[in-house]
Amino acid sequence: MIEAINQILNGLQLGSVYALIALGYTMVYGIIRLINFAHGDVFMVGAFVAFFSTASWGLPFYIAVPLSMAVCAVLGVTIERLAYRPLRYQARIAALISAIGVSLFIEYGTSLKFVFGPNFRVVPRPFNVAQWDVGGVQFSNIQVIVLVTVVVLLTALQYMVTRTKMGKAMRAVSFDHDAARLMGINVDAIISYTFALGSALAAAGGVLYSAAYPQINPFMGIMPGLKAFTAAVLGGIGNIPGAMLGSLIMGEVDVLSAAYLSSRLRDVFSFSILILVLLIKPSGLLGKAGPEKV
Amino acid sequence: MRFPRLFALVAIVVLIPAVALSGCAGGGGKDKNTLRVGVVTPLTGDVKTFGESTKNAFLLAMEQAGVTDKGGKIGNVPVEFTIMDDRNDATEGVNVATKLISETKVQAIIGSVTSKVTIAISNVTNPAKVVQVTSTATNPKVTVEDGKRKAFTFRACFIDPFQGTVGAKFALNNLKAKTAATLYDQSNDYTVGLAQYFKEAFEKGGGKVVFEASYGKDDTDFSAVLTKIAGLKPDILYLPDYYQKVSLIGGQARGKGIKAVFLGGDGWDSSDLDFKAMDGGYFTNHYSSDDPRPEVQTFVSTYKAKYGSVPDALATLAYDATNMLISAVKSTQSNDPEKLREYLASGTFSAVSGTIKNDANGDPIKAAVILQIKDGKQKYVATVNP
Amino acid sequence: MKQKFTGGLPFVLAAAAVFFALREVLGITEIVNAYWQLILDQAMIITIASIGLSIIYGFCGQFSLGHAAFYGLGAYAAGLISKLYGHGNYGVFLLGLVAAAAFAGMVAFLIGRPILRLRSDYLGIATMGFGIIVKVLMDYSNKWIPATNGATGMTGVPQIAKFPAVFIVLLLVVLLVRNLRLSSFGRAWMAVRDDEIAADAMGVDTTRVKTLAFVLGCALAGLAGGLYAHRYPIVHPSSFDFLKSFDFLIIVVAGGLGSLSGTVVTGISWVFLLEVLRAVLGQSFIDFRGVLYALALILVIILRPKGLLSGLEWQALIPRHVPGARSAGRPAEPGADGSMKGGMPDAGA
Repeated sequence: MIEAINQILNGLQLGSVYALIALGYTMVYGIIRLINFAHGDVFMVGAFVAFFSTASWGLPFYIAVPLSMAVCAVLGVTIERLAYRPLRYQARIAALISAIGVSLFIEYGTSLKFVFGPNFRVVPRPFNVAQWDVGGVQFSNIQVIVLVTVVVLLTALQYMVTRTKMGKAMRAVSFDHDAARLMGINVDAIISYTFALGSALAAAGGVLYSAAYPQINPFMGIMPGLKAFTAAVLGGIGNIPGAMLGSLIMGEVDVLSAAYLSSRLRDVFSFSILILVLLIKPSGLLGKAGPEKV
Repeated sequence: MRFPRLFALVAIVVLIPAVALSGCAGGGGKDKNTLRVGVVTPLTGDVKTFGESTKNAFLLAMEQAGVTDKGGKIGNVPVEFTIMDDRNDATEGVNVATKLISETKVQAIIGSVTSKVTIAISNVTNPAKVVQVTSTATNPKVTVEDGKRKAFTFRACFIDPFQGTVGAKFALNNLKAKTAATLYDQSNDYTVGLAQYFKEAFEKGGGKVVFEASYGKDDTDFSAVLTKIAGLKPDILYLPDYYQKVSLIGGQARGKGIKAVFLGGDGWDSSDLDFKAMDGGYFTNHYSSDDPRPEVQTFVSTYKAKYGSVPDALATLAYDATNMLISAVKSTQSNDPEKLREYLASGTFSAVSGTIKNDANGDPIKAAVILQIKDGKQKYVATVNP
Repeated sequence: MKQKFTGGLPFVLAAAAVFFALREVLGITEIVNAYWQLILDQAMIITIASIGLSIIYGFCGQFSLGHAAFYGLGAYAAGLISKLYGHGNYGVFLLGLVAAAAFAGMVAFLIGRPILRLRSDYLGIATMGFGIIVKVLMDYSNKWIPATNGATGMTGVPQIAKFPAVFIVLLLVVLLVRNLRLSSFGRAWMAVRDDEIAADAMGVDTTRVKTLAFVLGCALAGLAGGLYAHRYPIVHPSSFDFLKSFDFLIIVVAGGLGSLSGTVVTGISWVFLLEVLRAVLGQSFIDFRGVLYALALILVIILRPKGLLSGLEWQALIPRHVPGARSAGRPAEPGADGSMKGGMPDAGA
């Protein structure tokens, strides 16, 4: 029984980590309906910038995190400007291919020796790991920090999107670009803003991820990015609470199937559940069915 | 008949270089005695760092033998080499090996690094009668497939069954372990093999493997299985993966309160290992950098001087593989693959990783050493002879 | 009606015969060495699989990100048959190819029936999930079939799929698909792609049409995989992981959706591009291969967002005397509803 609780806590941590990435994914998707494959790579860049600023330049952690978020926000906006905007009114697949190109470009570019280099680097943790044991139930400060961060981010995002003027503009753009423009909304600016926000979130995710799993390399973004995206789809892509819910489910399924079914087949279980959920509810758990084209 | 202009353009762009290249192919050396060596190693892709180490060590060995990328001579034999990237992809590996053999006309290939690519390449080199020496492909199938010895393929490393057995014996006899858990990468035959042979030997010696689990290539979270293992309290946690993965697993295992002694294989040997997380762990390796033998000390110091880091297992074995070929050239004074093959099969090589003598399968018979991770350093513990 | 399907055929066959003869002469005289021969074969194999995806996505508009899995299933099916029973026998090789296509097609049918109800990105992610499942099972497959060797990779398949075999299969596939897309099936595919609801209203059985396209496309991937297993000495699970599916997608999209010629041209040039980059860059710049490839991809798609040959078709592949046939390959926008503007109205609802 105690072990089961421990496993559920493990799943919670993994799910929260997925959620860190999935939130950014889902925001960008919600507004321009683009699977931004480069998101996982922005996440990687965020982790690297934080690593270099603390380990190489000796900056304190509370400066390194905002710095890496700022760098990634600029990176995200640049990617959007150069690689996605020219394709905005083309078929969506064009932008998707461009996103794959950007993703490969960042991965191979940063693994060049004079950029980040290909090595796996051990990341020094910004704080000591503390482990608590309450009647056999174990948890660590990392789990707490990751979980709290995710909940704070989720609440803040939700507030921003539903209560602020900017959020209203974002929702308007996501409904209909043209109508939004007619209402006097600067669509380009809103999209840039969304990318900046999503990329800054990815950077924060990258920093926390490398605190939880202290190792970074230029290809580290692929798998977490993929799992997070899958989680976002599971929850209903474009929907912020959905991304959170999907991530938590993915995390739990991953951990519990590895623990109680078969560690070899854990990916089989998690993706089977994804397919099953989509078959029962084709737009994801919290997603609304998209408008049919008539 | 309207051909879109763009198509014409694409055709030109693709075909001209193709034809041009195939025309001018055929290796640079005009000398009939020239030995052309090809290196196949992953210089890009997921195990790029392995490829870099391999390339560095190859260049160092060649340089010491008097051959640079502009060519040179070993004894009376002029030597040239070409380095190619296989991206750790079997298909690419076959393409590249075919290119080296049919276009550059190499007589010998060093490589590749992982077993899957090396096995694929061995099926190209053997029909073409090109000598192949791999540094680190440890799977038995590299040299023997379906009971048939691939006569032109050799390696510098010991094979998985030997290393797994050495690890198990060390756990039983020296660490007095009774129980063990194994954790390996299901998509990597190297780790699958080590875990399997470790288990066989460990259980034959009276121990018990209480838990076996695996993970995917890109997993970073091992909490589920580690929580399980923590509950079972084994004496040993056998982690036969490369340094990147075991660093992550080690840290998380201690976080879950696992007190077991970590034990692993040569994949641990790297200065990028997380020494703090793996402190107290033991691993089987090809050599110890503290070994006073001159081969070891010269290699470690020259490598360090040239590349600024301590050579890892991949570099060491690539250095040995290259030197096996070089000494074959030295003794035979020939570029004939048949003669080189004969020498490699019968000769004895005094290498950094010990004295290498190949058995009938082309697998080296050599000693393994046990090292311990202690206070941020590798400490020599024991030598195990086969 | 007969005329409709034979138009341009003599030209295609003549061109194919000339190319075949030329390649054989160059091969025998070794003007084209074994390496470029291998690359050409690889390019044709990749093209066959890409044509499969071209049917699924280019013609029928069903977004699949799991194509490499079917390619792999075919490779394992054909490889196993040849390894266990063939020993270099051409009859068994042919049987293996048929089995590869049939097996991939059957799996596609089983998985396609339910998941083809999903739309665009959701379908993409479901097929990708399926691809990942297949890859894991391949790693694990030696538990059930020892001959696959699991994560070590399957060796021992006789290497008998040389140029003539690959070329003939490619030619047959091109002709088959060319005819199919001009048949009522092809028109139904394109109707579903352009507007599924309208197609439904016009009495097209959309489920059946989509399933057929999916099964056929995946069977072609399986066929290509069968050839691959007989051309490359190792069949390894990592050669079929989900990232490989992107290769096929890139080929199909860069060639121009809905263009058979485009898929053939980009399929061949994609393989050659990667090899030429290797030769041009040389050893010291090989690091840049991935970067340049990515840049080329971004530039192509920004400069020609609809793909290189979108809406264009070699006239040889289109029959004469069919009014409006040229436009058959035209509007090539699966999910044309989905230009990036306008989205689901629930960003945070």
